[in-house]
Amino acid sequence: MRRGFTLLALATALLLSFALYEALIAAPTEQTMGDVQRIFYYHVPSAWTAFVLFLINFVSSIVYLIRRNPKADILALVSAEVGVVFCTVVIVTGPIWARPVWGIWWAPGDIRLTTTLVLWLIYISYLILRRMSTGGRTPVIAAVVAIFGALDVPLVYFSIWFFRTQHPSPVIGGGGSLDPRMAHVLLINWAAFLCLAWLLSWVRCELEVATRRVDEAQALESLRESSR
Amino acid sequence: MNSMHYLYAAYIATWLIHGSYLTILVRKYARVRREMERLRK
Repeated sequence: MRRGFTLLALATALLLSFALYEALIAAPTEQTMGDVQRIFYYHVPSAWTAFVLFLINFVSSIVYLIRRNPKADILALVSAEVGVVFCTVVIVTGPIWARPVWGIWWAPGDIRLTTTLVLWLIYISYLILRRMSTGGRTPVIAAVVAIFGALDVPLVYFSIWFFRTQHPSPVIGGGGSLDPRMAHVLLINWAAFLCLAWLLSWVRCELEVATRRVDEAQALESLRESSR
Repeated sequence: MNSMHYLYAAYIATWLIHGSYLTILVRKYARVRREMERLRK
């Protein structure tokens, strides 16, 4: 287990370094936007990674509602939290890219931007619910919230197909064309971010399992003290 | 501000977010481990 974690950490560090080199140096410079377009190699893979994590959260929540398996509950919580981290990267890097390209930090009312912000807020609410609520029904309520929250993911992705928006079309399946060298660098960065997400989720899972053990032990300790 | 500054800002912000999250996890894990040790005693 420890060896697997060390190997994953090493592979992630190597892949992230290589992906950074590819994004900043090896990838061709885009003709219209220039070097600032290289934000794309962090912005888009972060969004895709967040979507994958929210999908895991969705599936785990359904599994938890059906089987009441605590492992599914832990996976749901962890995937939502790490997903929020990646979604935060998207929310932060988007405006930094928009400012030099569009001339504004944020396009109010833009469907892609608004649905992404709503998605982030939904999962922030989910995490607040999990943190603040202490009742035994919390995982069930959280699972229901997660299932409804996940409905926003396809809305975010497909919004630019159905509505006029300032945001560019999707790079895959959106009818746009991407230089094969850029697509190659994009996929390397996505692989690196997926590995990072896996690593962070692993650490977060271990933490959650340990926290639950400590909580149980503390509850037993206080029971013992009260019965004396 | 030239466009390279925006590029660096985006990359630095990304690593700050991931780094901060990892630091929070490691600190929490250390706290939980200390609590586990205390309960074992």
